[in-house]
Amino acid sequence: MFFKFFGNLNKNTFSLFTIALAPAINADWFALNMTRGITDISNEVFELHMLIFWICVAIGVAVFSVMFYSMWAHTKKKNPVPAKFHESHKLEIAWTIIPFLILIAMAVPASKTLVKIYDDEAGDINIQVTGYQWKWQYRYLEDDVSFFSNLSTDLDEIYNLVPKGENYLQEVDEMVVIPAGKKVRFLITANDVIHSWWMPAFAIKQDAIPGFVNTAWTVVDKPGIYRGKCTELCGKNHGFMPIVVKVVEQAEYDLWVDNKKQEAIKLAELTTKDWTTEELMERGQAVYEVNCVACHQTAGQGISGIFPALVGSDIALNDKDRHIEILMEGVQGAAMNSFDYLSEVELAAVITYTRQAWGNAEKGDGEIVVPKDIVDYKEPKI
Amino acid sequence: MSAVIENHHDDHHHGPAKGITRWLYTTNHKDIGTLYLWFSFAMFLIGGAMAMVIRAELFQPGMQIVEPEFYNQMITLHGLIMIFGGVMPAFVGLANWLIPMQIGAPDMALPRMNNLSFWILPFAFFILLSSLFMEGGAPNFGWTFYAPLSTTYAPPSVTFFIFSVHIMGASSIMGSINVVVTIMNMRAPGVSLMKMPLFTWSWLITAYLLIAVMPVLAGAVTMMLMDIHFGTSFFNAAGGGDPVLFQHIFWFFGHPEVYIMILPAFGIVSHIIETFSRKQLFGYSSMVWAMLSIAILSFVVWAHHMFTVGLPLAAEIFFMWATMLIAVPTGVKVFNWVATMFRGSITFETPMLFATSFVVLFTIGGLSGLMLAIVPADFQYHDTYFVVAHFHYVLVPGAIFSIMAAVYYWIPKWTGNMYDERLGKLHFWLSFIGVNVTFFPQHFIGLAGMPRRYPDYALQFADWNMVSSVGAFLFGFSQLLFLFIVLKTIIGGKKATDQVWEGAKGLEWTVASPPPYHTFSTPPKVD
Repeated sequence: MFFKFFGNLNKNTFSLFTIALAPAINADWFALNMTRGITDISNEVFELHMLIFWICVAIGVAVFSVMFYSMWAHTKKKNPVPAKFHESHKLEIAWTIIPFLILIAMAVPASKTLVKIYDDEAGDINIQVTGYQWKWQYRYLEDDVSFFSNLSTDLDEIYNLVPKGENYLQEVDEMVVIPAGKKVRFLITANDVIHSWWMPAFAIKQDAIPGFVNTAWTVVDKPGIYRGKCTELCGKNHGFMPIVVKVVEQAEYDLWVDNKKQEAIKLAELTTKDWTTEELMERGQAVYEVNCVACHQTAGQGISGIFPALVGSDIALNDKDRHIEILMEGVQGAAMNSFDYLSEVELAAVITYTRQAWGNAEKGDGEIVVPKDIVDYKEPKI
Repeated sequence: MSAVIENHHDDHHHGPAKGITRWLYTTNHKDIGTLYLWFSFAMFLIGGAMAMVIRAELFQPGMQIVEPEFYNQMITLHGLIMIFGGVMPAFVGLANWLIPMQIGAPDMALPRMNNLSFWILPFAFFILLSSLFMEGGAPNFGWTFYAPLSTTYAPPSVTFFIFSVHIMGASSIMGSINVVVTIMNMRAPGVSLMKMPLFTWSWLITAYLLIAVMPVLAGAVTMMLMDIHFGTSFFNAAGGGDPVLFQHIFWFFGHPEVYIMILPAFGIVSHIIETFSRKQLFGYSSMVWAMLSIAILSFVVWAHHMFTVGLPLAAEIFFMWATMLIAVPTGVKVFNWVATMFRGSITFETPMLFATSFVVLFTIGGLSGLMLAIVPADFQYHDTYFVVAHFHYVLVPGAIFSIMAAVYYWIPKWTGNMYDERLGKLHFWLSFIGVNVTFFPQHFIGLAGMPRRYPDYALQFADWNMVSSVGAFLFGFSQLLFLFIVLKTIIGGKKATDQVWEGAKGLEWTVASPPPYHTFSTPPKVD
C-alpha cells in the first residue's frame, strides 16, 4: 500500500528528503521537551504538561491507527465494494461522551494547580519589575534598591564578527538577586509598550502592561543562575532584553543589598561634584550606549521616519532647556518616553554628550548640562 | 423596465465578454471565483516569499540578512497577507465557484456586489504592501497589532494599515452577505437546509461568523485611528484607557476568525473523503451540528489567547473549560471522517492524499491546541514556538492543504481537463514532507524555550531552527510546481467527464466539464 503511494514518485524527492534531514541528524535529540524547572509549581506544571501530552498521544494513536488500518485494508483493490453503513446513535453518543470525560480528567488537575499559582499573598520580598523598550528595571520595595538590567551580549557577536559566547543573548549587565527559600513576589508592569516577563525555571510568565500591575510569586530553594526572556513583541529589540535571576543564600543576599545601598549613596554624592566636560562626555557616552542607541543609533542619526536624528537637531544644538524637558517628560504621542528614572548625573552626562558629540558642539551653542541643572529642573515650579 | 429585462435575457445567450473588461465588469460567479483564486495565489506567493526571508534569517543564530526592524515588518505582513490575502480570499473564491453549482442556483444573489467585493481587495493589499516603501517602514507590530505598540509606538504607515484593514473587512462582509442571501433564497426546489452539501453548509456558518466579527475588527482599528490622530485614549493607560481592552476586542474578532479559516476546510474535506472512499458520509447531520457548535463556542473562548495578561482566576478557569469543550465537536468531525473511510473502497488520487493528510495533521494541530488550553501549562507555552507550531499545523496542512485539495478535486470540473496525476502526487509529497520538516521541530524549539517573533536566538535553539528553515525552503519552492500544474491543466490535458470522479455526488457533477458560462438557468429537480 505505501509502496503504491510512493510508486509514482520521482527519485529527487528522496534526495531532497535526505538534505532536509541532514541537520536533524546532528541536532540535540535530548532538548526536545519542556524543562522541569526548579520550583514546586514548575514541577507541577511539568507533570501537567506530560499528563496531557500522553493523553494526546494516546488519542492520536487510537484515531490514527483506525484510520491507517482503513487506508491499508479498505482500498479499492482490497475492498472493491464499499460498505453501506452510516449513522449510529450508539457510536455517536459514545464518541461525544468519552472525549468529554477525558477532558474533565485533564481540566480538574489543571484547575487545582491554577488555584495554587493564583495565591496573591504578599511575599517576604517584593520586587517591582518594569519593562522598558528594551530593558528591565527592578525595584526592591522593602530595601529601596533599584537598577536596570540590560543585555550584555556584544553587538559584534550578534553581527557574527566574533564567535558567540556560551550565554549568547541570555546574559545581562546586572542580574536580579533573590534569596533562596524565601517567598518572592514580583509586581510586574511596563513603562511604554506591553512586555512579558518569562522565567521558565519558575514557570512564571506574566505580561508587563503599562498602567497595570500583575503579580507572580515563587519560592526557589536551589541557588543558581536562571535565564528567561521577554515574550511579548515590544518593538525592534524584543529579542534582545533577556532576564537573568541569581538565587543566593540569605547571608549573601543581605551583603548584596548592603552593597547596592552603598552604591546609591555614592552616586548621590556625585551630584554635588564639579564636573568637567570631558568627565560628563565619558559618562554620557556610556549612558547613551545603554539607553539611547537602540533608537537614535550610534552616530545620533536616528532612523528616518520613526526615530528623529540627534545630530544637527535644533534642540540638541541650541535649546538646552527643551533638551532637559524632553528627557524628563518624554514626548506626548511619540516613542520618546520620560527618562526621569535615570540619576541626575546620568541625565546631565547624556544630555551633555548628545550636545557635544558628532560635531554638535561646533554647530550649536555647545552648552553643557551639569547635574545641578537637573536638580534645579526637579525643584517644584511656581 | 422592459429594457432591463431584455438585457438580462441577452446575458443568458452570450458567453463572456472579450478582453480585460470580462474580468473588470464581470458579475459571473465563476469568473469572480477565478479572480479570487488567482488573487489569493498571488498573495500566497508574496506572503510565502516573506516567510522565506524569515526562515533565512533564522537559519543560524546572529543577524545575517535583515535588521530586527525589517524582520518585524516581515512577520507582520506575512501574517496579515496569508490570513486576509491568502486563506480567506481562496475560500471566498471556492464559495463563488461552488455554492451556486451545489445548490442549483444560476449565480450568486447579488452579482454586482460580488464584483465590488472582489475588486476592492487588490487596492487593500496594494495599500498594505506600499507601506513597505514608506518612511519608517511597514507595520512592525505583529499581525495581532497589540496597542500601544500599534498606536503610540507605531510607524506612520499604521494609518495606511488601518485603511487597508477596513477595505478587507468591507470586502469580507459583502462577500458573506452574498453567501447568506444566496443560500437562503436561491436553493433549487428540493434542496432543503439539511440536504445541502457540507461545503455550502460550512460556508453558511462561516458567513455568519464573518458578519458577526468583521465589524468588531473594524471597531478595533477605528479606535486605534482615534488614539493615533484624534487624541482619544481608548488603549492608552496614561489617558485613562486600557491596553488589555484592545486584546479583548481583537480576540473577540480573532478567535471566530480562526474558525472562519477552518470551517470551509471541514466542508471540502468531507466531500473529498466521501468521494474517494466511495461511501456515504458517516454522519451528515452530526457534521452539521458539530460545525454549528464549533461556531457558537468560538464566541466564548477568546480570552484563551490572553491567559498571561493577568485575568482573574475565575476568568482563567472559565476560558480553559470553554476552550476544552471545543475538542468535543472537533473530535466528532475527525471520528466521522475516519468512520467514513472505514470499510470504504478507497483510492488515493491527489485530492484524497491532501484530504487524508489534512485529517492527520489538523488533528495534531488540534491536540496541541488542547495542550495550550491547559492554563498552567500555557504559562510555559504562551508566545513560544510551540504556539507557532500549533497554529501553523492547523493553518498550513489544515486550511491550505484543504484549499489545494479543493483545487485538485474541482479543477477538472472548472477547466474540463484532468490535471497531471503524477505531478500532483509529487506536489503533495514535497508539500507534505516540507510542511512537517518545517513545523514539527518548532514544537521542540518552543518547549525548549524560544519565544516567537525573535529575529535572533540563543545557541541551544540553533539545530532545530536550521532543520525548520530547510523544510520551509522545500515547502516554499514546491508551490511553484503547484502553479505549473494548474497552468498545465488550464492549457490542456485529458478531457474530464461530467462526473469526473467515480464516487462524486452532487449537483456540480451533473453539469458539463467545463460548465457553461451560465449553469442552472432553469432550476434542477432534486428529490
